[in-house]
Amino acid sequence: MNLDIPKKFSGLVSQAHQVAERYYRPISRKYDKAEHSYPRELDLLAGLLDGMNASSPEAVGATSASKRSVDSQDHANQNGGNMAALLGIMELCWGDVGLLLAMPRQGLGNAAIAAVANPQQLERFKGVWAAMAITEPGCGSDSAAIRTTATKLGDEYVLNGEKIFVTSGERADAVVVWATLDKALGRAAIKSFVVKKGTPGMTVTRLEKKLGIKASDTASISFNDCRVPASNMLGRPEVDVEKGFAGVMETFDNTRPLVAGMAIGVAKASLDRTRQLLGKSCPLDYSAPLLSVSHAEARLYELEANWQAARLLTLKAAWMADNRIANSKEASIAKAKAGRMANEVTLTCVELVGALGYGEDELLEKWARDSKILDIFEGTQQIQLLIIARRLLGKTSSELK
Amino acid sequence: MPSTVNGHALALLNRFAQADWPDYLKLRKPFETLVYSSARAGFRLAARRSTKIQPRLALQASSALFDLSLSDEQKMLVEMLEGFASEVLRAAAHEADEQAAVAPQLLTQMDELGLVHYAVPELDGGMAGERTALTNALMAEALAKGDLSLAATMLVPLSSANCIRRWGSAEQQRYWLPRFLANNDRPRMAIAVNEPYPLFDPRKMTTRARRKGKHYVLRGEKCLVVAGLDASHLIVAAQAARGPALFIVEAASKGVQRKAEPAMGLKAARTCRVQLNAVKVPLEARLSAQDFNYEGFLDYADLAWSALAVGTAQAALDYVIGYCNERVAFAEPISHRQGVAFMIADMAIEIDAMRLMVWNACSRAERGKPFHQASYLSQLLCAEKSMKIATDAVQLLGGHGFTKEHPVERWYRDIRAISLLKGGLQI
Repeated sequence: MNLDIPKKFSGLVSQAHQVAERYYRPISRKYDKAEHSYPRELDLLAGLLDGMNASSPEAVGATSASKRSVDSQDHANQNGGNMAALLGIMELCWGDVGLLLAMPRQGLGNAAIAAVANPQQLERFKGVWAAMAITEPGCGSDSAAIRTTATKLGDEYVLNGEKIFVTSGERADAVVVWATLDKALGRAAIKSFVVKKGTPGMTVTRLEKKLGIKASDTASISFNDCRVPASNMLGRPEVDVEKGFAGVMETFDNTRPLVAGMAIGVAKASLDRTRQLLGKSCPLDYSAPLLSVSHAEARLYELEANWQAARLLTLKAAWMADNRIANSKEASIAKAKAGRMANEVTLTCVELVGALGYGEDELLEKWARDSKILDIFEGTQQIQLLIIARRLLGKTSSELK
Repeated sequence: MPSTVNGHALALLNRFAQADWPDYLKLRKPFETLVYSSARAGFRLAARRSTKIQPRLALQASSALFDLSLSDEQKMLVEMLEGFASEVLRAAAHEADEQAAVAPQLLTQMDELGLVHYAVPELDGGMAGERTALTNALMAEALAKGDLSLAATMLVPLSSANCIRRWGSAEQQRYWLPRFLANNDRPRMAIAVNEPYPLFDPRKMTTRARRKGKHYVLRGEKCLVVAGLDASHLIVAAQAARGPALFIVEAASKGVQRKAEPAMGLKAARTCRVQLNAVKVPLEARLSAQDFNYEGFLDYADLAWSALAVGTAQAALDYVIGYCNERVAFAEPISHRQGVAFMIADMAIEIDAMRLMVWNACSRAERGKPFHQASYLSQLLCAEKSMKIATDAVQLLGGHGFTKEHPVERWYRDIRAISLLKGGLQI
């Protein structure tokens, strides 16, 4: 039993922390103000990250979480790609969640490709920056209700439909689009397709103006008779009613802990800064009983306890993934706890620091805006609770709706 | 975090990236390629270095990994104690609570498990290795799935032995520890820390120990001493000249007065009030390990109560899952309602969190790492969340939860103690 971060990751953690501190923080406010303008500083950083990822199996970024383990025969305890990705993301989001999400080639689309693409596709989409398009105007959390259709025509699929909330949908080189082969077959018929930017029939229709994570663009994209080669479909072409949708959903077991990691990072930023600002008025020596300290100090202890709890839950989910232990429930537990924790921590920190924390001279107000999305995307708080409850109670989605 | 060469380089790169001139000069792409390849080279080098020294460091490295798995011995122990908890403790809990007593037959059964062995070192005939905190916490968690009061009662001998092993001098250990394993006349010690004052702070006790020649004289009042009524000895925390200290006091000493102190819960633990009226104890009764650390003593106690909270909360969750799946209202099980199901999901989330907080603090403690902060935060989380879980458990059973037909009202009463009890146990 050891829940400390192993030494082998200290280089990665320190590197990511310095990127956050020296690279993200100085431009944090700039891109919060300049919504929809691309943070070009990121190109250089993305180059650096690609370099790190190419040579190390344990590297920063979303794709490493889904990398297949090389030594799958080895049953000894592993701390691998999932944990490495998580640690990197926690540190980077201590810097800026929006900038992390805007990073080229580090998005969920790339995670999906890394997880389910066949060797030829991996080769063809190498170096491609891929965004992920799931949500539709009429379907958010209910991803099984997808209406975008994919119709086979010769050796092409024809896509028709409307996608919203596509992170980096305009900036990316390609979009991984979820579409159904046959609405009557339900979830099993949902497949994902890589659509390259500029494919005729694909149009970016708008960019959202948002509460937070403004450095990261959120696009709406429409597909009108958009033809993609059949070889751009990820995963198997046949509709397997038994486990078709499960394959798509499995990606979440790897990505939800990463989103939880984002929440842990931004919450830590708020906690650190709040302590700095409260300074001597809040000693934080962890000695007196909670009822004997000032209210502000007690609040900070409570926030830190919940932060630490979310952190350990998330490390657990990533550790299970690294060790090939089924972790659907734990991934949802981590996401649920971290999402609500980050929301509470960042909002309370603004309150604790007062008018100063509410003003734009500090980043606290920005973090409180940025954190809200982390309890929403990649499955809302309520969706996570449903998943957890169904598991615990042994209920299907038609019983516990 | 101190910035390294890498940090400075990044700051430089950032400035470079923000500048317009690389684009004019068409330098951006080549520069990015350069950064890419140098990063790759750096990682290759690091990888080669690490493979070179791997053979020698292999053992240390593997134990230093993040690892949530329990040892085979721990797994077996947990399985055994969970069985005891569900078959023996749960069955006896209602009666023990009603009678505020443990039946003699059950006491014998508890005794036969010999848990105290896990607090006595191998040299003295016990089974405690170098690392005991986590194993002890796992035992507490497993037992509490049966019943919190009975589990606490069972942990008292182990706690006293832990206390002497950790905070006693070599002579004190040599004298007492083997006696905990004796066949007859084993000491029955209880640990007395709490005092009956609002906002009690264990670092500011009113119980005093004044030195007078070859004795200490203890004056004060202790309350809610778990298993105190039947104890042969009390380990009393008192304020001495140079800070708080622990004293082994014979319960039969002149000036010691005990009376039953029934409370909201923990009834089977037979809590008692203790008056210390100028009680004389010899100098050597003071626990005097070289590295005596009162804060550490309080932390190990908090961890014990937190582990009990985890087990009890888990019992409550398991119970409401069964109940809510069976209880039908409006023509379907109430578990089909989000208002019910979400409460249950929240319980599971926080129990998992509590458990990890306790395990983390314990594993740091037994590896000799600072663990005070981890213990403080774990106590805070466990106290708050376990109470919420217990009150939700009663809520989910509705009116039935309010009756003694179900154990949830007992858990509700017992768990209220978690945030306010100090000392008493020691993992």
